[in-house]
Amino acid sequence: MEGDIVQMGAYIGAGLACTGMGGAAVGVGHVVGNFLSGALRNPSAAGGQTATMFIGIAFSEALGIFSFLVALLLMFAV
Amino acid sequence: MATETQSADAAAEGSSLVFHPMDQFIVKPLFSDGPVGMFTITNVTLWMALTVVAIIALLVLATSKRAVVPSRGQSIAELAYGFVYTMVEDVAGKDGVKYFPMIMTLFMFIVMANMLGLLPGAFTTTSHIAVTAVMAMAVFLFVTILGFWKNGLGFLSVFWISSAPLVLRPILALIEVISYFVRPVSHSIRLAGNMMAGHAVIKVFAAFAALLAISPFAILAITAIYALELLVAFIQAYVFAILTCVYLKDALHPHH
Repeated sequence: MEGDIVQMGAYIGAGLACTGMGGAAVGVGHVVGNFLSGALRNPSAAGGQTATMFIGIAFSEALGIFSFLVALLLMFAV
Repeated sequence: MATETQSADAAAEGSSLVFHPMDQFIVKPLFSDGPVGMFTITNVTLWMALTVVAIIALLVLATSKRAVVPSRGQSIAELAYGFVYTMVEDVAGKDGVKYFPMIMTLFMFIVMANMLGLLPGAFTTTSHIAVTAVMAMAVFLFVTILGFWKNGLGFLSVFWISSAPLVLRPILALIEVISYFVRPVSHSIRLAGNMMAGHAVIKVFAAFAALLAISPFAILAITAIYALELLVAFIQAYVFAILTCVYLKDALHPHH
């Protein structure tokens, strides 16, 4: 019985951890959207900044991946 | 035969999926049924070896003729070399070019492992945190040791942001220290998580393809996600390499 409750909690937690994906989606969309709006105003400067954009994407995506990690830990390690 | 009975059982029970989407990540020994030890040859070993062979074929065999008008293989190798070289030069600066071979090695290994992993039936070695963590820890230790070696204790100024107001600096220093030590975690989990998630999604849609009503949609979805995964396979290798360059730049020039 107690194990069942723990497992239920782990599954609910894994599901809740997936809401972190939404945060990562907002973050990545924000980075790329702002990059595009800047790039369309000054296209000549955009080429040199794509690397910076990808670094920004990677940093904001990392936190979404952390929520995925939490979900995996709850599913398989608890 | 075994899979047929399994799927029949699953269908009879009304189970959700015909096969488990995470089954593809199981490490299996190739030549025996025994436990996986330190030197057991597993499917991970096989696909890593194939990755290295593919890189050698691309970078050594394809460029061995060195024609003025390059063949397809040679132009791909030249493109990859030029791509990574400009990336290192742009992000890590002129002093960073000395460490170009390391970043080229990492980039080629990851991009080849990701691409080979997309072959149907292949094993994606980079989807395992054990594999990516070794690379990320190597980068982290290398960058930290290099930073202290080049700058001595001055390397600690990477945590002290001199452009911020003085009141905020201790707080920012604390945050910087935490984010510095999270680097190997995020560096490795990003690659492994992206690969694992993408392949699991493909497998989930592959399981949906067994249901007649939605199978056309599922097959279209697999095709679309496969195209996305090709992009992700390249972008994640690029991101891994470019973050290595960023860390390298921090080690070479710690002053903000």
